[in-house]
Amino acid sequence: MTDALSIRGLSHSYGARKALDDVSFSVAPGSFTVLLGLNGAGKSTLFSLVTRLYAARSGEIEIFGANVMRDPGPALRELGVVFQARTLDLELSLMQNLVYHASLHGIGPLEARRLGLAALTRAGLAERANDKARALSGGQMRRVEIARALLHAPKLLLLDEPTVGLDIKARADLLAHVRGLVRDEGLGVLWTTHLIDEIADEDQVVILHHGKVLTMGVAREIVAAQGVENIGAAFSSITGAEKISA
Amino acid sequence: MSATTKDLKAGFTPRQYLICLWGVVWREGLRFLHQRERFVSALVRPLVWLFIFAAGFRQVLGISIIPPYETYILYEVYIAPGLMAMIQLFNGMQSSLSMVYDREMGNMRTLLVSPFPRWFLLGAKLFAGVAVSILQVYAFLLIAYFWEIEPPTKWGYLTVLPALALAGLMLGALGMLLSSLIKQLENFAGVMNFVIFPMFFASSALYPLWRVKESSPWLYYACLANPFTHAVELIRFAFYQQVEWTSLLVVVAYTSVFLVAAMIAYDPARGMLMRKG
Repeated sequence: MTDALSIRGLSHSYGARKALDDVSFSVAPGSFTVLLGLNGAGKSTLFSLVTRLYAARSGEIEIFGANVMRDPGPALRELGVVFQARTLDLELSLMQNLVYHASLHGIGPLEARRLGLAALTRAGLAERANDKARALSGGQMRRVEIARALLHAPKLLLLDEPTVGLDIKARADLLAHVRGLVRDEGLGVLWTTHLIDEIADEDQVVILHHGKVLTMGVAREIVAAQGVENIGAAFSSITGAEKISA
Repeated sequence: MSATTKDLKAGFTPRQYLICLWGVVWREGLRFLHQRERFVSALVRPLVWLFIFAAGFRQVLGISIIPPYETYILYEVYIAPGLMAMIQLFNGMQSSLSMVYDREMGNMRTLLVSPFPRWFLLGAKLFAGVAVSILQVYAFLLIAYFWEIEPPTKWGYLTVLPALALAGLMLGALGMLLSSLIKQLENFAGVMNFVIFPMFFASSALYPLWRVKESSPWLYYACLANPFTHAVELIRFAFYQQVEWTSLLVVVAYTSVFLVAAMIAYDPARGMLMRKG
């Protein structure tokens, strides 16, 4: 089966500083994969390369078999992205935000409204469709951003530290929402975080540290292999980092 | 190749390209409507120049008969094309500001992650900005009409349109190029000092070039090289249903250069964005 996301031998530097060093891993369709790393590990650089903000100098990135640099159109069609920064247009209504996004995928306004209403319903925000994005809470905005990222029915969803700035309940709700999408709709998800309590035992985990992948596998197995109690301890033992946020 | 991959390769239809273009223009229009103060200030700025500056300088600055004018004209009439171009200059820089803002806020990323070709996305963004600037110019012309600033025949309002489109495109492309070079929003004040003011003042917007030549030959050549001068002259002649060929060529050349440079700057493989991290 073709991987939802396949990264092979990816390296990237900012001048002399190497941000990513020979990174390889993949995300299977219908799986929840966590990219775990401290701030500065290279997660955001990886995101920028996968979303084609800038080009990979060496290595390959494929989304469902389509190369992001050589064949960006087909690759990006299958990709939904939630960036770390809030990217809703605060002055526009939720529906206007969704219609705009749909147009960037060639979906006309009538169809966009139908899809948008369905997406907002799924996010539990249908009755807020005509409210300005500014009126939403942080957690609600994230849900709209996820709804927007899924509007064009991609099969791979990337989320860059989506729970930053959210309170405990909003974080838990968001995580449950995305896990539900993986379970019910077979979406492949790459979730980057530095928070270990967002990882479940059965999740695929890729540990990125100083631009290198130190280990990857099912969380439970990584913990067992390190002979420690939890993934936080496993992370510390693998990276030599003293502490990671819970 | 699997059936799914084959479907993916199919690309977009012309209708989908139009939908995308419409979406980008529609969003720009909505943003413009929501920022009323932006519209008001875009209009007030040239009107202040027209009503106050020009009225004050009317007695000081005599304008001899120079093409495309066939009689003596009031100073207000002379600077009107410069003010039209000024609206577009500010709009182009405003778009550039909004692109830097969008990039910092992440909106630019949502645009660039669209599967449409990047040149098309940037072109659509540029087109949207030009459309907004043309609306602003016509709003200005409506008010100026009551100040007795009008073309020799009503056709002038129509013939000036392609000149406005081209000048808007050039200034928008310059703004887009600058947006890729500006690292942070705070640096935008520099654009004001180093781009807008020099371009506006070292041009034929406020005074004819022969007058500049009399006072400073060096400044005269700077004005001649300034793309804004040619945008102003293109608009001035088009408003009088004439074509200033040199200016047309210069504007087309500068537009091409700015466009290509902006596309390169936003190209993921070669782009300047790379350095922003």
